[in-house]
Order: sequence, then structure tokens, then C-alpha cells
Amino acid sequence: MIEVTGIKEIIKPENLVYKKTKIMTDNTLSYCPGCGHGTAHRILAEVIDEEGLQSQTIGVSPVGCSVLLYNYLDVDIQQAAHGRAPAVATAIKRLLPDKFVFTYQGDGDLAAIGTAETIHACNRGENILIIFINNGIYGMTGGQMAPTTLPGMKSSTSPYGRDVKTMGNPLKMTDIVATLPGTYYVTRQSVHTPANVRKTKKAIRKAVQYQKLDKGACFIEIVSNCPSGWKMTPVQSNKWMEETMFPYYPLGDLKTPEE
Amino acid sequence: MAKIRGSIVVNIEKCKGCEVCMVSCPTGTIAMAKEVNGKGYNYAYPLNPELCIGCANCAMVCPDGVITVYKTKI
Amino acid sequence: MKKELRLMKGNEAVAEAAIRAGADGYFGYPITPQSEILEYLMEANPAETTGMVVLQAESEVAAINMVYGGAACGKKVMTSSSSPGISLKQEGISYIAGAELPCLIVNVVRGGPGLGTIQPAQSDYFQSVKGGGHGDYHLIVLAPASVQEMADFVDLGFDLAFKYRNPVLILSDGAIGQMMEKVYLSQQKERSKVFPDWATTGKPATRERNIITSLDLDPNGMEMHNHKLQAKYNEIREKEVRYEEFQCEDAEYLLVAYGTSARVCQKAVQLLREKGLKVGLLRPVTLFPFPTKRINDLSGQVKGILSVEMSAGQMVEDVLLAVNGKVPVKHFGRMGGIVPTPEEVVENLKSKIIGG
Repeated sequence: MIEVTGIKEIIKPENLVYKKTKIMTDNTLSYCPGCGHGTAHRILAEVIDEEGLQSQTIGVSPVGCSVLLYNYLDVDIQQAAHGRAPAVATAIKRLLPDKFVFTYQGDGDLAAIGTAETIHACNRGENILIIFINNGIYGMTGGQMAPTTLPGMKSSTSPYGRDVKTMGNPLKMTDIVATLPGTYYVTRQSVHTPANVRKTKKAIRKAVQYQKLDKGACFIEIVSNCPSGWKMTPVQSNKWMEETMFPYYPLGDLKTPEE
Repeated sequence: MAKIRGSIVVNIEKCKGCEVCMVSCPTGTIAMAKEVNGKGYNYAYPLNPELCIGCANCAMVCPDGVITVYKTKI
Repeated sequence: MKKELRLMKGNEAVAEAAIRAGADGYFGYPITPQSEILEYLMEANPAETTGMVVLQAESEVAAINMVYGGAACGKKVMTSSSSPGISLKQEGISYIAGAELPCLIVNVVRGGPGLGTIQPAQSDYFQSVKGGGHGDYHLIVLAPASVQEMADFVDLGFDLAFKYRNPVLILSDGAIGQMMEKVYLSQQKERSKVFPDWATTGKPATRERNIITSLDLDPNGMEMHNHKLQAKYNEIREKEVRYEEFQCEDAEYLLVAYGTSARVCQKAVQLLREKGLKVGLLRPVTLFPFPTKRINDLSGQVKGILSVEMSAGQMVEDVLLAVNGKVPVKHFGRMGGIVPTPEEVVENLKSKIIGG
């Protein structure tokens, strides 16, 4: 490994405060520079590591940018057809109820083609964790309009901006699933600042605990960036996300257990 | 009073130069190198290593997990 | 061991056989004429006895993807539907074939295209044996001709599915699904507690992580994978051909038919023999692999072949390939949910093959 280091005398095992978890493989992530997917993967991996869940975890990856999730997380993973991850996860959890089962899906996967599977898995109260990455665009196919694309927002299939009269309105899936009796914990977070990363990781940890207690579906939306699709630098994209995405998709818990 | 000092290690070849670590660093320790790595990215490096407090903010937001953080009291 | 005798519908026999085969899960969606499978399983409630999971999904699409998820855990899982529903499952079936997952799919065929009719048909032959979904793949296709075979092929289907890591399709039709016959049921098997080594069951420290996917972005890798699949299909072609012959020993003319049509043809053979015509019947039991070699052999013996199907003529193409021009091959079929009569078969054999 080629490295640059700060003050060498401090770099001793006993001084270590942060190191990439071993649940993340050494494969180079296929994501564009600054993409939130990598951070979301990492904190999920950290929770799996810290909770000692590697041997208990079965993940489901979607079609989309995170289709290759199985290259990056050192756990058993199934790659599902576009939008069908919640159905796939339903069967896994029903047949192996002691395992920790999660899906990791983008907005096109979860909120367009997989709307039915998402709503019904949540409505049945399937005891799974759904992680929903919302960056308002189809990333992998080259920046087309997603169900979550904001009004007026440009994409390769809404080149003049999303016209809600002809293209429909952004779909707030997280708000919808929060209304379903089958969901136990529904929250919307982000991973673009250290504080937000910590909050999101805490949410994942909560969801793991709830799944252990057989509480029903947990749903964590992560509002994220797509620097390439949005045609911005990573730093600009995070700023734009705060200014433009967050007002439409406000961060915070939508449904919390009564404790 | 004890002073907290930190130090980071950046895996240059995996860094994609996104600069998210740089803007999240509260002390201005990190900058982007003028040189590029094997993929052509200007990678992150500790321009002002003596300013590092080992808060791990940079590692926390690094999408590619390329930063390792150490911290000690002096 | 003495087997239990019951009078059952074909659909009910599938359901009961699934429980007794030690199936781990069934995921279905209602559609006529196969809803009895889901209804029977819900009523039998095997969760209480064998621990089998039975779930009514929100769609056929969800159901087949539940099968994907369960199969990828190394579990014995299945789904059933009828033609329009099977069309919806094709994407999932292609993924299952690509990821090489064992599972059982039952198609109780009805007439089409489109919403068609709820009456029996055999017009899903191409979809069943030629792929159905996208990509180069094959299902192992079993064609029952009785309620007994509806039950027996469940166990056989699971065995073949796991032996080859390949989806197996029982291609039935509305007649066999709905009719009642006596059926000997096998003993209750225990559900397996052992997982195949490729299954996603949670990665212990002792092995690498298991990945279930049909994706390989590297075309060289994808071609290798396809070669591997083709080698498997060739092995299946070599080892798993099943068929039944009826009065073929001295036959001068041959009928080829499967499922319900084969039952009709059996009567037709009887009628023709009464008239002094030496006619035999070959009934393919596996439609993939097709009994190509046997039909080719018989084409050296007979003067002509009539393929009888409840379709516009689909299997006849495989018969033609098998015969390879040696003797005339014609098709007779009824469509849209109509079952041909033995008399119609007799007439058509005479007019199309025997002549005069």
C-alpha cells in the first residue's frame, strides 16, 4: 500500500482510533469520487462488525449502482432482480428467521420498479431492514429521471427540468411506508458530514436490535448525492443536497417505537 | 494541560480525490496533493500534520475508507 | 411401504406432495385454474406440522423472487401459477437459471394469448422448453399426464433441481389440475437440515462469503458461465430423458403427444387398432430434455408421425428436428381451451399422414 502519513511517532497500534472495518473488503469501490454509497456501505459494515453479525448476515443487493455490493461487504449476499429485493429478503427471513437480513436499494429500484414489493414487504411487517439510498436520479444508467427527482431538476430524461404536470411528482416512499402498520422504525438520514454519518450508523444499529426482537420492518432512507449525475463536484453536490434535497426530504425520524 | 495530537494515514492509491475529507477537517490539516495517483486523482494528504487532533471526521466521511486515524495525548 | 390412497384434484395432489416432499417454502398468487394449490396449502397449514412456509405474495413477480431468495438459501422452495402468471415470472426464472438455483415451478396451463381463457391448453410449450425469459437457458420440464404424476413429479422435480442446481418446471394444464383421480401419496419426508455449500446462510469464519448472482460484467467471465450452463444442459440431455411408449413395438404410424393430449391419443390408438391400423404413441415425459433420439429411432420404423397438441403446433417443431426429414410429420391441435377428441385424432392421422 502506498501511503502518506502525518506525524509518524503517533502512528502506533495503541493510538489507533479509526480504521476501515474488516467487513469491508479490499476491493476498490466502483463508485464515482465522493459518492455517498461508499460511506453508507462502510457504516453498515461497521455495525455488522461491531455487533458480531458477520456469520448471521444475509444481504440483498439491487440493480443499480450498488449491484456489486457483494464485492465490497464480506458477508453472504444475494443479488436480486430490479426492484425485487424486499420479496427476496422476505423469503430469506421467513426461511432463516434467526439471521440478520437487509436490503440495500436505490431510488429507482425501490421507489419505481420495486414500489409494490417495498410496500407489501413493509405492510406484512417483514422483519427485515431496508436501506434506501435516495439521490434523486438513476446513477448507473447515466443520470435519468428517478421517481424521487425534484420538480424542475434536470436529468438526461428531463433535460428541461422535471415538469410535474407531465412527469409526475417526486414520490416520498419513506413517508408512505411510515404510515403502514407493519413498519416499526422509519427514519431519513444522510452520510455527508461526520455528524450525519454518526446518526445514520446509530439508526442502523437500532434497526439491528429491533430485528433481533422481531419487531417488524425497519426502513432507513439515506438522502445522498450523485456528483456525476448531478454534474457537480462532490463538495458542491453535498451543499446542493443540503440546500435543495433536504427541504423536500427533511432528515429525521418518521416513525419511532414507543419505548 | 495535556494536548491531544492526531495523525492520519492515507492509502493514496485508493483515494479518489473527492475532497470531502478536506472540507470536513475542523483544523485544516488535510489538503489535496498536486501530484496524482495511479488513477490520476489528486489524493488527500496531511498538509499541516501538526494541526491534526485525531477527531476522525475525515475518515468518517471518506466514501472509500482510505483514511486511518491515530490519536494520543502529549 | 404401503402408500396412502386418496381421491384428489391434480392441484391438490401437487400441494399435498409438496408438504410430503419436505418442501421448505411455497410462494404463490391466485390465478385460475391453479388456485387450489395455494388454498390447499393454506388450509393444511404445514407451518404447524413440517414447518413449511406458505405465503401469498402480492404478485407473481414477488412470488418468483421469493423463490429466488429461498432457493439461494439452499431451501426447497416452489411456486405455481397459470399461463399469464407464468409470463410475469419469466424475469425471475431467468435470474434463477442464471444464478443456478434449484426450485420447482408449476404451470397449470390455460389458453392464451393474453388473458385468454381459463380452459386447459398446451400453448406454453415454447415458453417452457425454449427459455421463456431472456438469455440462453433451459428449465428441466416435466409433463404429467395424470393426477398421480402431478404428485410424483413434485418429489422428482426437487431431486432434479438440486442435482443440477437448475429450476424445474412441471408443465401441466387446466384439465389435469382440475380433474380428480385416485392418487397414491408417498410417505412424509423430513425437511432437510443440511445446506448446500453454495447457499447464503451467513458467512462463518471457516469459508469465503457466498454470493448468489447472475451478473458478470466481464464478457469473458459471462461467456465462461454460459459454457458451464450449456455443459450442464448437455448432461441433462444425456441423462434425464424420460418418455413412455404405448404400442410402439409394431407401429407403422406414430402419434407424439404429452399431458392431456397423450391421454386422448391413447384412446385414439385403441380406436385405430380396432380398425386394423398399427399405430403407436410416444409420450414425452420430459419436454426438456426432449426424447429426440427415441423419436429419431422410431422414424426409421414408422411411415409417418402426427404430433398432437392443444396448441397451434409448437412441440411439432421438436418432432420435426428429431425426425430430420426421414418421414412425414404433421401437426394436429385444438386451441383456445378445447381438448381434442380421440375421433378427431383418428381423422387427422388418416387425412394428414395415412392418406386416402
